[in-house]
Amino acid sequence: MAKHHVNTTINGDPVEFLCDTEQTLLDCLRDELGLTGSKEGCSSGDCGACSVTVDGRLVCSCLVLGIEADGCEIGTIEGVANGDELHPLQKHFLKEAALQCGICTPGFIVAAKSMLALNPDPSESEMRYWLAGNLCRCTGYDKIIKAVTNAAAEMRGE
Amino acid sequence: MTQIQFTAPTSVKAAVRCLAEGGKNPKVLAGGTDLLVQLRAGRVKPSTIVDIKKIPELKQIKAEKGGFRIGAAVAGAELSAHPGVKKAWPGLVEGFDLIGSTQIQGRASLGGNLCNGSPAADSVPALIAAGATCKIAGPKGTREANVETIVIGPGKTSLKKGEFIVSFFLPKRPRRSGDAYLRLIPRTEMDIAVVGAGVSLSIDSKGVCTDARVSLGAVAPTPLLVKAGAKALIGTKVDDAALAALAAAASAACKPIDDKRGTIVYRTKVAGVLARRAALIALDRAKGK
Ligand SMILES: Cc1cc2nc3c(=O)[nH]c(=O)nc-3n(C[C@H](O)[C@H](O)[C@H](O)COP(=O)(O)OP(=O)(O)OC[C@H]3O[C@@H](n4cnc5c(N)ncnc54)[C@H](O)[C@@H]3O)c2cc1C
Ligand code: FES
Ligand code: FES
Repeated sequence: MAKHHVNTTINGDPVEFLCDTEQTLLDCLRDELGLTGSKEGCSSGDCGACSVTVDGRLVCSCLVLGIEADGCEIGTIEGVANGDELHPLQKHFLKEAALQCGICTPGFIVAAKSMLALNPDPSESEMRYWLAGNLCRCTGYDKIIKAVTNAAAEMRGE
Repeated sequence: MTQIQFTAPTSVKAAVRCLAEGGKNPKVLAGGTDLLVQLRAGRVKPSTIVDIKKIPELKQIKAEKGGFRIGAAVAGAELSAHPGVKKAWPGLVEGFDLIGSTQIQGRASLGGNLCNGSPAADSVPALIAAGATCKIAGPKGTREANVETIVIGPGKTSLKKGEFIVSFFLPKRPRRSGDAYLRLIPRTEMDIAVVGAGVSLSIDSKGVCTDARVSLGAVAPTPLLVKAGAKALIGTKVDDAALAALAAAASAACKPIDDKRGTIVYRTKVAGVLARRAALIALDRAKGK
């Protein structure tokens, strides 16, 4: 069987790629499109390093088939900054040093961004529950929560 | 390696045809949160993957006969956002909402949770307690079955070749009804149930229980409908004696395994404790508290 021809939108731009049925969206982003910001930590939905949005909904791209992206709008970490200007989440992750090795960071930022789109002023407990599917082996999470809290405040104009 | 075919039909009829023509081992794809993990691990080798999410009926939540019809591929996050279902069946919505993280909730479906056939599936005891039925489509047309008849062993269902679940039906709620689902896990999030318990009950104006259903997960090869548990509640005011009888019936129904998550003795005991606590929450809800 020939490869599937997928037409999708990634971070607002129309994109086409070819894939096999068993290739995940994460495989397609990284290997077919060179969008290596989304990371592969586990490939089983446990770590959240591969977090992207599909039609606005936060998902693990390792648990979505590439072909399922056909006709959908995908949002990845590559679309978070506005050109050269970092997103408030990115700025505050740097400022708070909310990362060490950094492999979890794209997933946290994509997940936090989707949370703030629905809930601009989450409590700490809401943040921790929303981000429970994002694992970090380095930071111990407190700095991440601080960075998200400060970014949320900045985004609310406080 | 032979390639896996992929189709995304847009009607139930077309999906039945895709499954019939899909080779030796066609597999339905809903949210993929079980299927893709198994695919990656080489545990399933489908000939064809049939994505059912493009079928409108599979993604709808509709009022029907005073109850609700929920598409089998509706994701957890979509069900949680439906105020009507949440009001009538908070226990079911909470049970479904326990599945995985935010990311998993964006995809995981009731149909997938049931048909994956895990004894510990979190939405299934809540569905069984709710008295939910499911609409099944297949080569011979459609049929309706009780949810408790679907899983027949770990990873095994009673669905016949070429059949799949289209939707679930939650019946009309009498006034003064409530449900609840509780699970025990060693962590606070992201874990597999050691025991799960779902209770749904109705009371009359005097507080006497007129109807009840009790279901347990993770304590036997399949989720269980515990009829003796319901009997212990019906006709009582859900007082201490009734709750003790319920707990005893729940523990007696267990046929658990020993594993690293819990021993047989522990699971059996906890099943009684959780059934009792779930009944108390369901009772409060039935009283409008
Ligand atoms: C990180 C992580 C955490 C998880 N946590 C939990 C948890 O806490 N509790 C829990 O219960 N589960 C958990 N799961 C398992 C899984 O998310 C659920 O079982 C989920 O409900 C499966 O739904 P799905 O739509 O993704 O199914 P899929 O993966 O699409 O399908 C699962 C199986 O069911 C079949 N199937 C799907 N839909 C239908 C249908 N309509 N008719 C017939 N067959 C069908 C598929 O062919 C496949 O065999 C977790 C999974 C992950 C990856
Ligand atoms: S790589 Fe997708 S969740 Fe870990
Ligand atoms: S910074 Fe290393 S895993 Fe989070």
